[in-house]
Amino acid sequence: MPELGEILDGKEICICAGSGGVGKTTTSAAIATGMAARGLKVCVLTIDPAKRLADSLGLKELDNTARRVDPALFEKQGIEVEGELWAMMLDAKATFDELIARQAPDEESRDRVLDNRIYQQISSALAGSQEYMAMEKLFELHTEGDYDLLVLDTPPTRNALDFLDAPKRLTQFIEGKSLRMFMKPTGLAAKVAGRGASVALGIFKRIVGFDLLADLAEFFNAFSGMVDGFQARAKRVNKLLADPGTCFLVVCGPQGEPIDEAVYFHRKLVEAKLPFGGVIVNKVHYPAEDLRDGDGDLPTALAEKLGDEDLAQRVAANFSDYQALAERDARNIERLAKELRAQGVIRVPYLDEDVHDLAGLAEVNRYLFATGEERVAMAAGRA
Amino acid sequence: MALGLRAASEGKRTIVCEVSSQENASRMFDHTEVGFHEVEMEENLWSISIDPDESMREYVLLQLKVRAMRDMLFRSRIFSYLAAATPGLKELVTIGKIWELAQLDRKVKQGRKYDLVIVDAPATGHGIGFLQTPRTFAAIARVGPIHSQAQQLDRLITDHEHTGTAIVALPEEMPVNESAALEKELRDEVGVAVDRVYLNGLYPERFSKAECESLRELADGENGAARAAARAAVSEHQRARSQRAQLARLRRRVEAPVKTLPFLFEPELGPEAARRLSRRLG
Repeated sequence: MPELGEILDGKEICICAGSGGVGKTTTSAAIATGMAARGLKVCVLTIDPAKRLADSLGLKELDNTARRVDPALFEKQGIEVEGELWAMMLDAKATFDELIARQAPDEESRDRVLDNRIYQQISSALAGSQEYMAMEKLFELHTEGDYDLLVLDTPPTRNALDFLDAPKRLTQFIEGKSLRMFMKPTGLAAKVAGRGASVALGIFKRIVGFDLLADLAEFFNAFSGMVDGFQARAKRVNKLLADPGTCFLVVCGPQGEPIDEAVYFHRKLVEAKLPFGGVIVNKVHYPAEDLRDGDGDLPTALAEKLGDEDLAQRVAANFSDYQALAERDARNIERLAKELRAQGVIRVPYLDEDVHDLAGLAEVNRYLFATGEERVAMAAGRA
Repeated sequence: MALGLRAASEGKRTIVCEVSSQENASRMFDHTEVGFHEVEMEENLWSISIDPDESMREYVLLQLKVRAMRDMLFRSRIFSYLAAATPGLKELVTIGKIWELAQLDRKVKQGRKYDLVIVDAPATGHGIGFLQTPRTFAAIARVGPIHSQAQQLDRLITDHEHTGTAIVALPEEMPVNESAALEKELRDEVGVAVDRVYLNGLYPERFSKAECESLRELADGENGAARAAARAAVSEHQRARSQRAQLARLRRRVEAPVKTLPFLFEPELGPEAARRLSRRLG
């Protein structure tokens, strides 16, 4: 089994993907910490509106600027950070505005876009805009080259695929070639396009109202000077994602459904020819290693040792519940490993304490970056 | 799904709507995928997976009344482009479908009447935006039929007598923080009623503190199964305890009444598990 440190060796970008609620943010922060501990200058980016990253790094707030995490905080947890750890929370709307400002040929066209109501909706609310801006910021930071490694905690999507498709959907929207043609009713295109299209446009107008259509038309007109710039940039972003210096990690939980999603996501990454690094399975119930050698009747043995039959029964019942979950997790992970041909499945156990602070992060970090032998030792030390 | 079972067992004709083609309901009931159809899972309990494209087709048909005209429209590239380009239109037609399901006078032909419509909403960050779609849309489309329909949907969402939300949290630090923030946003910004907060997956308190002490000794010393079992018990005690602390935090930080749901020690949750959870709801 490869180690995370090896997987990430020489990488400049690490993208953590997966559905919500599987500990993706914590994992991203732990990865960034681990690589900073190895002497790199690392920046972890999140777009999570729930401010989880700030919580877990002990930062009061995060905004569109990177903030350095105080190394003294990690020393307290026994992690010596030789490099530097920086964190940034993305403001999708602000990033979009900056991008417009950069791409606009002049101030007037910039303001025309920024003031447009359709733009205001898109930049903050349209599905995909957050994902797109995450990529955008990643690209910008990578180009500036201030960091050795950038770790991206992707926005929580219920369908992991959304994340990969979102930027494309958004650029297609902004390009709006076919639409812009129809928006000019006197243009040649309208005449060529024929009756079908104008009927469709008419019906759409009837349903959504003329106002909305006028706003859309204004939006595309205002945008027209920037389309080429956007396309060129999107191409470079895609190239960066497919670069061997980039690494996609899938984060999931051990239950059936998250594992299915991880399998699916891995396939999609391979199909899209994107560099896949491995899967991190969080909150795994580890099976007890020293079992199955005929310990006999557990409740009786426990009762003898504890001198309390009722307690012994409860301990045994609790144990069998845990074993059932551990077996399920092992089955699911085996299925995952088969799919990935045993390439890069990293397990993090279900820890006794909920992981939400630096102490928890430090513990996750130890599991993530453990070597093969350390991992065995740690697993044996657990229930 | 458990809420749906509960309502159904009380004799209410209930439908559970999923909005992100997750098909969790059909998975749980070992049913083939339900898709954009109202499918009966149990007595009085129905399920539908609301697909925005299907909702759009249905909506446009209801507007145009002529199927051939609708089909012509959907074949046109310009229309599908416009539909995709209009921000929030997908969410809007999804909420529109939910509204339609809740009507006693159903718009679709031979539509059943439901007493209760339950929506499995998108996760926190997206959920707020989802519920606010009608209002934002009404603001973008200042005139036209869709403007008044969006307003009507917003009225449905903010109608405290007929619509309410339940927040589902986990007994962990960050989900508790998020749930408290979510409640505030739902109340103050969306204007929807928050009726309950469910804390899901709460571990039972199987061992007392004193018992845990003697188990700790066993966990440090013994070998074999007894040690592993003692360790599992100590873990369970620690988790149950830190979860109780989160429950207390949640109770302090939210206004709506908090109900707890037990963690089920089952590898995969099926209908029987949902039924058991449903009896704990109320």
